[in-house]
Amino acid sequence: MQADAKIRTEVGTESGPRGPVCSLRHFACEQNLLSRPDGSASFLQGDTSILAGVYGPAEVKVSKEIFNKATLEVILRPKIGLPGVAEKSRERLIRNTCEAVVLGALHPRTSITIVLQVISDAGSLLACCLNAACMALVDAGVPMRALFCGVTCALDSDGTLVLDPTAKQEKEARAVLTFALDGVDQKLLMSTTKGLYSDSELQQCLAAAQAASQHVFRFYRESLQRRYSKS
Amino acid sequence: MKETPLSNCERRFLLRAIEEKKRLDGRQTYDYRNIKISFGTDYGCCIVELGKTRVLGQVSCELVSPKLNRATEGILFFNLELSQMAAPAFEPGRQSDLLVKLNRLLERCLRNSKCIDTESLCVVAGEKVWQIRVDLHLLNHDGNIIDAASIAAIVALCHFRRPDVSVQGDEVTLYAPEERDPVPLSIHHMPICVSFAFFQQGTYLLVDPNEREERVMDGLLVIAMNKHREICTIQSSGGIMLLKDQVLRCSKIAGVKVAEITELIQKALDNDQKVRKEGGKFGFAESIANQRITAFKMEKAPVDTSDVEERAEEIIAEAEPPSEVVSKPVLWTPGTAQIGEGVENSWGDLEDSEPEDEDEGGSDEAIILDSIKMGTGLEVSNTGSQDAPIVLSDSEEEEMIILEPDKNPKKIRTQTISAKPEKASSKKPVKKRKKKRAAN
Repeated sequence: MQADAKIRTEVGTESGPRGPVCSLRHFACEQNLLSRPDGSASFLQGDTSILAGVYGPAEVKVSKEIFNKATLEVILRPKIGLPGVAEKSRERLIRNTCEAVVLGALHPRTSITIVLQVISDAGSLLACCLNAACMALVDAGVPMRALFCGVTCALDSDGTLVLDPTAKQEKEARAVLTFALDGVDQKLLMSTTKGLYSDSELQQCLAAAQAASQHVFRFYRESLQRRYSKS
Repeated sequence: MKETPLSNCERRFLLRAIEEKKRLDGRQTYDYRNIKISFGTDYGCCIVELGKTRVLGQVSCELVSPKLNRATEGILFFNLELSQMAAPAFEPGRQSDLLVKLNRLLERCLRNSKCIDTESLCVVAGEKVWQIRVDLHLLNHDGNIIDAASIAAIVALCHFRRPDVSVQGDEVTLYAPEERDPVPLSIHHMPICVSFAFFQQGTYLLVDPNEREERVMDGLLVIAMNKHREICTIQSSGGIMLLKDQVLRCSKIAGVKVAEITELIQKALDNDQKVRKEGGKFGFAESIANQRITAFKMEKAPVDTSDVEERAEEIIAEAEPPSEVVSKPVLWTPGTAQIGEGVENSWGDLEDSEPEDEDEGGSDEAIILDSIKMGTGLEVSNTGSQDAPIVLSDSEEEEMIILEPDKNPKKIRTQTISAKPEKASSKKPVKKRKKKRAAN
């Protein structure tokens, strides 16, 4: 609760009218909405929506078995057509992020499978995938060393920073940067970028993503508080 | 992951319950589970929930050339995917028997019943027609996939709008949604599948079996029908013998169920239409039940980014400058350069047969310029100690590397002279230069 109060005061000072203020789109999340997977979550960021299901720790194929930790698998399914190279690359980024936080050593010779289904894509897809995956992992009760979240930043042609860009903003942007940050001290877990940007712009985006991640983690906390509340 | 097998006692329990006209979820024999239809923000996107079974439908379109034997008909394409999300036993990318069966049944139900006017999808006969693609993703498997999938497919098709096109002479113009309102597909009727599960060689019958019931059933009868009570497809699987009056009874039940479902679909479509017209909120965010304890929403959150620039500057200022920004490139031969102190590059050697000649030629063009400072300072500090060039080369940011030889001809000359004797002992460019300076 103390930490919560602290963040609240920070937010109080942040919302003061000074400087340019970016904003995150509205967030919504529903957990445990599917009956078959061990954990599931649907995450919405504006009109972008991802459904995630997690199986695990469960039986693993002998060929994929790792003797000292759990095998993490990420499957990302596009809405139209078959998965292609873009999906494979996102799968890998998500898997690497999850591997950094999931305590796989606690469940050796098992598999943890994360299945992500794109429901609608309206920008910041990878960030939304990461958020959905995190919420589904939490719902499945997979041990993790920290929560994580994804934040996407876009830089306009004139260098203006946009957080959580829509598909249109992403298209017009000079550079799009996506970061995965951990929930303990907002350290960087993964970053992927597209387009041209300078050294200082990268640091600016990272700082902005860290500020935005506070909101995402607050959202996580409040939604979990609500879920485990008695009322 | 393998599917958990059903134990014998569980199987016996289920069958005994069915004999006593009881179902585990408290339904009566002819009861359907609750159907919920929600629409996405884009056209042609819907999620259908049949009890806990969930199917996502998405329709997309594309202009393609038609099939040779059907020059004036658009193409309809159905693709049902059994995602691993739906059940752990479904493997990604594998065409299982169940999947093939379901896809075939869907095609028969929707394409072969001619529910969509394919001729209206023709743009230019024999050249351009619309290909309508229906992607269905099973998100959660709790039995009766085919009913849920057929509802999702027809709802998505009814909801879909394709971009308007106009043909003037030979020119085909495609209008963006902003220019002209997209047009709906022309749908003649709405075929809907209704499944009947049979137990004990057809003695007992259940409508809309759930996953557990599907696992103990003997046979399945699927009837696709529209609200005019026209049968579009009928399929019996599992190898049970059905009596004539059993089939007739099933078709009667199907008629009632289809009428109910069609009404529900119409209501859902009208509702979405109304909301869109009034400019209200629509999409999946609105369909999340707010009162549910597992759901949570957050309104638009402003994030203060005013201190971002300062923080970025701080970080950059604090950060140690990179130890070596750019290592000195060495041009061995035209087109072959080396950066850093890697393994000796043998490319240049391979090109020329005589290594001595190569060395001369190579060092003639090997221009090493650490920075502008370095270049200007060189004439003064030619006698400098070994440390001097290192200090100079470490002045990181404004460092410039110039590969053109004409900028500093003097240096080349010094290098060519000094490089010759040392070349044999050491070919490493950095070392070479240091030695040269010491010699100077």
